[in-house]
Amino acid sequence: MSWLTEFVRPKIRTLFARREVPDNLWHQCPACQQMIFATDLAANLKVCPHCGHHMRAGAVERLGWTFDPDSFTRIELPKVAADPLRFRDQKRYVDRLKEAREKTHLEDAVAVAHGTIGGRRAVVVAMEFAFMGGSMGAAVGEAIVAAARLAVLQEAPLIVFTASGGARMQEGALSLMQMPKTVLAVRLVKQAGLPFLTVLTDPTTGGVTASFAMLGDVQIAEPGALIGFAGARVIEQTVHEKLPEGFQRAEYLAAHGIIDMVVKRTELRETLVRILGLLQPGEIPAAA
Amino acid sequence: MCGKAGPAMRQFLDFEKPVAELESKIEELRHMTEPGGINIAEEVGRLTEKAERQLRATYARLTPWQKVQVARHPDRPRAGAFIAALITDFTPLAGDRAFADDTALLGGMGRFQGRPVMVLGTERGSDTESRVRHNFGMARPEGYRKARRLIELAGRFALPVLSFVDTPGAFPGIDAEARGQAEAIARAIEACLSAPVPVVATIIGEGGSGGAIALAAGDRVLMLEHAVYSVISPEGCASILWRDAAAAPAAAEALRLTADDLHRLHLVDQVIGEPLGGAQRDPEATFRAVGEAIGAALDPLLGLDPATLLARRAEKFLEMGRAV
Repeated sequence: MSWLTEFVRPKIRTLFARREVPDNLWHQCPACQQMIFATDLAANLKVCPHCGHHMRAGAVERLGWTFDPDSFTRIELPKVAADPLRFRDQKRYVDRLKEAREKTHLEDAVAVAHGTIGGRRAVVVAMEFAFMGGSMGAAVGEAIVAAARLAVLQEAPLIVFTASGGARMQEGALSLMQMPKTVLAVRLVKQAGLPFLTVLTDPTTGGVTASFAMLGDVQIAEPGALIGFAGARVIEQTVHEKLPEGFQRAEYLAAHGIIDMVVKRTELRETLVRILGLLQPGEIPAAA
Repeated sequence: MCGKAGPAMRQFLDFEKPVAELESKIEELRHMTEPGGINIAEEVGRLTEKAERQLRATYARLTPWQKVQVARHPDRPRAGAFIAALITDFTPLAGDRAFADDTALLGGMGRFQGRPVMVLGTERGSDTESRVRHNFGMARPEGYRKARRLIELAGRFALPVLSFVDTPGAFPGIDAEARGQAEAIARAIEACLSAPVPVVATIIGEGGSGGAIALAAGDRVLMLEHAVYSVISPEGCASILWRDAAAAPAAAEALRLTADDLHRLHLVDQVIGEPLGGAQRDPEATFRAVGEAIGAALDPLLGLDPATLLARRAEKFLEMGRAV
């Protein structure tokens, strides 16, 4: 169980060394086209101060926004078989992996950490959409199992921020098998009597939605997030119908009873703190 | 059920053309009445042998893309046919108790080799009318919720669960999304993994992505020789990664979706041989082979207590993709 011996290794440096100095001080909101001062955008957790549009966020910044300041430690992800299919399309899978690693500074499409949220211990998984569309292969599957085991070990709730286009095609049926694997991970947490919360962010589709993402005890989504099983294009081609306004958006899912609530990013942390407090009222905060 | 009578009615795939030509020649000769100068019987025998050699050669080196064609063959026996052949006292059960009964997903109780079991199957239909009625084997949330209900029922009465998987995938529709397709699939997978009874899944045709794994997270997963099992259709994969649906043959190759590939990757437990030329040429022999394989897979599971069964099933799926 190598992950057990490795997960405590702190990776604080990766969290702080990578603070990007924006070469452009202004960002344009892709929704309302207004210009936003970079520091304002960062302070507002990448939510447009003009129109409220939630921009996509990286896994590592998610962790920072969610945990109590300086309270968390990232764990090393379990090693998995690299490119078991020797997959190549127009590019080799190994090359795509290499590029994604250079771009995101992550091993795969996920980051896992443990720390405190509102003083309570918690394990958090954050998916990284910028890493091959957040797709789930064996590495993501294994990371979620490792996170679940860590949660059980620490008697802590597990919170997952999803952002994924679905299963990773480059791992073929092996990626499909990560669906039962992650369902088993959720089972571990639930059987230990611990809360499993999902925060669905833009976008969450395919095999990720159809496995652990939809099994939350409480399911939260960010405003406007695209969440669904099938892709819009596939649906349009199949049913030859125009898709309804707001189809597969967070608000649509809430209206159809699929998620519990839509919560603004700026209110997410306090919402999580409140929910965890209600689900585990007897828990003594880990740190004052 | 496919009601094709003889070789004349048989539907051929593109790559089977040489065989088709030989077989039609044989038919022609058989119907020749005049006792001509050549010995017709001898010629028929010679051509029959040649056709069989051709068929054997073709099927011995099917490309992954050709396997996809065989798996989707219009005459290939479907889930309903397997159930009719292998299950006695079949008692269909219907509905998800919330919204509808999904006819893409067959379910019910019956006896397999005399033992009461729960049976699930995705049914594609075998002619235009039945294909439409079964939605081409693409289940909606109601189908997966029915499956979950029946798996839980099986658990309460100690009935082993047998599933027959043959689906292009879960239905990608507006209604399916509105009623929580993803959640329904996730819960069906969870039901498979939580059933305190043996679960034996057989991929009989096309194992299409989430819609397939929803019924296939079992103790033993069997797969017919020319069936395919994939995370995405080759066409879908090609249009995303190659930006060209015409690259489907290359995608089929890259995805490693054949039974042999999946067995080599330890994702399926056993490959069941098919009659020469595919299951559609001899459905009866296919049913027999599948019946024997399921019986052999089920037998050692029946003696296990639920805790051991669940632990082994979990370990099996947790193992997949772990570094060695």
